[in-house]
Amino acid sequence: MELLVFGDTGWGDELFRATLMTIAVSITAMIIGFSFAAIFTPLKLSKYKSFNLIGNFYTTVIRGVPELLVIYLFFFGGSGAIMFVASMFGYNEYIEINAFITGSFAIGIISGAYSTEVFRGAIQSIEKGQFEAAKVLGLSKFAQFYKIILPQMLRLAIPNLSNVWQITLKDTSLISVTGLVEIMRQSYIAAGSTRDPLFFYSFAAVLYLLLTFLSMKLINKLEVKYSRGY
Amino acid sequence: MDFELMIDSFPKLLNAAVVTLKLLSVSLIVGLFIGLLFAILRLNKNIFISKFAYGYSYVFRGTPLLVQIFIIYFGLGQIEYLRSTFLWIVLKEPYWCAIIAFALNTGAYTSEILRSAFQTIKPGIIEAGKSLGISTKIIFYKIQIPIAIRQSLPAYGNEIILMMKGTSLASTVTLMDLTGVAKYIISTTFKPIEVFIVAGGIYLFMTFIIHNVIKFLEKKYSFN
Repeated sequence: MELLVFGDTGWGDELFRATLMTIAVSITAMIIGFSFAAIFTPLKLSKYKSFNLIGNFYTTVIRGVPELLVIYLFFFGGSGAIMFVASMFGYNEYIEINAFITGSFAIGIISGAYSTEVFRGAIQSIEKGQFEAAKVLGLSKFAQFYKIILPQMLRLAIPNLSNVWQITLKDTSLISVTGLVEIMRQSYIAAGSTRDPLFFYSFAAVLYLLLTFLSMKLINKLEVKYSRGY
Repeated sequence: MDFELMIDSFPKLLNAAVVTLKLLSVSLIVGLFIGLLFAILRLNKNIFISKFAYGYSYVFRGTPLLVQIFIIYFGLGQIEYLRSTFLWIVLKEPYWCAIIAFALNTGAYTSEILRSAFQTIKPGIIEAGKSLGISTKIIFYKIQIPIAIRQSLPAYGNEIILMMKGTSLASTVTLMDLTGVAKYIISTTFKPIEVFIVAGGIYLFMTFIIHNVIKFLEKKYSFN
């Protein structure tokens, strides 16, 4: 237990900060994922074949390739790509992107592919009559989506989004390979310096279990809120 | 685009894909037995046994696979007692540690898939078997298990693909699987995009094959 003391003698405060980092990366990745889903879900549902193709390419490739490989692509290729874009604007200095941004982006793209599938499924299972009724009421396109489709879609999507959240949360452990100090990386450091890997990795497992447990409680509340009236 | 590098690395990555497939198949076979065992325990009437099975699947599904591998590979070696037993022969090899972690992980997911499949079997089918005078054991092996397998095929297909992606974590414990070799080539040539296209292509091809095999089996074993 003394290994977990806060302060200079224990690893309590370091692990606490690392847990906050894991939560921060997961939430950022989830938000980045939603933005990707906002782009690719309409593409997948579009009536134009070429748009469908782009949407399907994204979800198929990302869901068929290991997360670790995507992370390596971003880790080794990220700054190169940014520098290439910057050089087109005439900026030729070396740019290093921070591990938090690379990591959240890599996990975000993965999480986005799963979210896209969830939103697509949710929209497709809304009854056709709802779309027609929205149109008949003469609402603007924006109001049709925002007031009628979106609330129904969220109700259907939340249970599956909670799975996406769990996947995303667990995937953040993989960005420890890039050196970002989240739970896994901090446990690795602590295990290395105390020569007690069993304790620290088991403690990491407990922290992840705690995070998944607490977030499930929270999501269940949301689920109740959005299924009012059903 | 460095096409020469892509052509050069293709045979190396293909060889590494064999390692990936080996890891995948061994852990799936072991995992299937673990999953079946825990699904049966889960449906046991004894509340302690079913709670134990639930706890197993909760812990393994609620923690990242990476933590599980690290606990088994780095953690268990720390226990002095284990080092003196025959288990040490297995646990000092990263290959077997990875397989143990993968099998336990996929076992947890498989137990959930099989459990829900067992629960969706209509009671009428079992009652029909009983009224024909078939023993409970035969009902289980000849009626419940085949129906459960058919029911769980689509979900299990997804699990196989998830597990195939999971084997990439073997590279974190020094195994040279497809991702391990890809990372090695990337870090020596600094050409991430080219290597990603080739390695990702091989992974996608394997996903495609698995997907179609499962689809074929689903058709073959469908009821009507």
